[in-house]
Amino acid sequence: MSTTSLPIADDEQLAIVRRRSLPRVFGMLVMLVLAAMLVHTLITNGRFEWGVVAQYLTVDAVVAGALLTLELTAIAMVLGVMLGIVLAVMRVSRSRLLASTSWGFVWFFRGTPLLIQLIFWFNLSALYPALSLGIPFGPGFISGSSNAFITPFAAAVLGLSLNEAAYMAEIVRGGLLGVDRGQTEAAQALGMRRLHILHRIVLPQAMRIIVPPMANQTLSMLKNTSLVSVLGAADLLHSAQIIYSRTYQTVPLLIVAALWYLAMTSVLSVGQYYVERYYRRGDRSVTPS
Amino acid sequence: MTTLTDRPLVRARNLRKSFGSVEVLRGIDLEVETGQVCCIIGPSGSGKSTLLRCINHLEKLDSGQIHVDGELIGYRRVGNKLHELSERDVARQRAGIGMVFQQFNLFPHMTVLANVMEAPHRVRKEPLEQARSRALRMLGRVGLLDKATAYPAQLSGGQQQRVAIARALAMQPRLMLFDEPTSALDPELVGEVLETMRALAGDGMTMIVVTHEIGFAKEVGDLLVFVDEGVIVERGVPDEVLANPTSERTRAFLSKVL
Repeated sequence: MSTTSLPIADDEQLAIVRRRSLPRVFGMLVMLVLAAMLVHTLITNGRFEWGVVAQYLTVDAVVAGALLTLELTAIAMVLGVMLGIVLAVMRVSRSRLLASTSWGFVWFFRGTPLLIQLIFWFNLSALYPALSLGIPFGPGFISGSSNAFITPFAAAVLGLSLNEAAYMAEIVRGGLLGVDRGQTEAAQALGMRRLHILHRIVLPQAMRIIVPPMANQTLSMLKNTSLVSVLGAADLLHSAQIIYSRTYQTVPLLIVAALWYLAMTSVLSVGQYYVERYYRRGDRSVTPS
Repeated sequence: MTTLTDRPLVRARNLRKSFGSVEVLRGIDLEVETGQVCCIIGPSGSGKSTLLRCINHLEKLDSGQIHVDGELIGYRRVGNKLHELSERDVARQRAGIGMVFQQFNLFPHMTVLANVMEAPHRVRKEPLEQARSRALRMLGRVGLLDKATAYPAQLSGGQQQRVAIARALAMQPRLMLFDEPTSALDPELVGEVLETMRALAGDGMTMIVVTHEIGFAKEVGDLLVFVDEGVIVERGVPDEVLANPTSERTRAFLSKVL
């Protein structure tokens, strides 16, 4: 041994001194300086116009925009998750046709930019001036002008949920594959039928795998709704844009929008914690007495 | 149709099944009478688990038929053809046949009680209270009444397997299939599961048990079947088969496991 140490008597109680890591101390110093600079510029740079931020943070147009953003997120996620589950089940089904239809859907909607999809749906009337509901290749029962049906809101819901379904399909499929095959067999042996097994046995277990990426998707969705501002839907970002195009206070209003997004995603992250905890029930790690 | 009294509960004729190019069952005939305990032994890969899984149609046969309680499993004869049954009818047939798996396969997200109640309540549509009281009776029968509110992960392997037995019993099956029920257990936990099965046999349950527990087969079994390479090599009363095996393959297998 190259290090030497003083002898220790058997009855001595010695305090332990932790080693300092020089690189870590240096890193901490750098971070502290950077943080101080950030706080300093936020306070001293008057062009942030915090007064304007505070003034617009809760005006009606901004709150209404935030509500529309939440509404779009909720609708698109609900539809996207439902369609995603259907697509995932199709993908793992024994029917080649169903599996490849699902694959094709995912391929297309994951492979093209969401922005293009949104603008496309908004301009659907250029492709199909009239829409009708009826028997395929047969008579229609209800028909109407595409322009009347495809409002900015409808185009936004259509674009966001179809795109979301493509991503959710893959997430749900991963979850379904993650559930042991023996679970399905045990359920079958008890006389349960396919939908019952999916709903009561497989999906609840798949949810443990599905929830974390699904929460990610929800946060992405909340922010991606800002793309619908190009359709003229009065979401949070578009509401901020309308105001700053009038007042030229671009930066403060972008900060207003960003603060709202941040607040909403924070609340959702808290929700994620509780949802994950719910689906972990029965785990060895959480043992309710 | 034969009369209710003189037909065997399980009657399998000329069962054949291949996985790809591997023929797992090569013409198996088997009859098990009501109240009998039939133990199936044989080396791994011999087809004994596949045979068991064909009886409740978890595997589809390539040819041959299985009748349970006079009812053709998985198919319906129309003229000279066998038509596959609907999912609903297959599920109804399975509901009357209990199965216990090597890996227990309890539903981990449900409590023990919910595991046992699920099928009676949602498949048999029993009222909740009725399903619950029967589930509790079944848990009492396997000695786990005090674990009703626990989750499977909080139980030992032996306890989990006993819950799996209670779960199958709650459907009031006429026949119980056991697929190597003690093979995944630590040695000290095997006894409690075998004890539960012994009690079940004592109550007159018809059982088909794929197992490596020769002692159990000898003591509890009415019929011992030795399967190798997809055929039944030897069958008979366990004591006789074990004492005087007639085939060289049986002798070789028994010399390794006894």
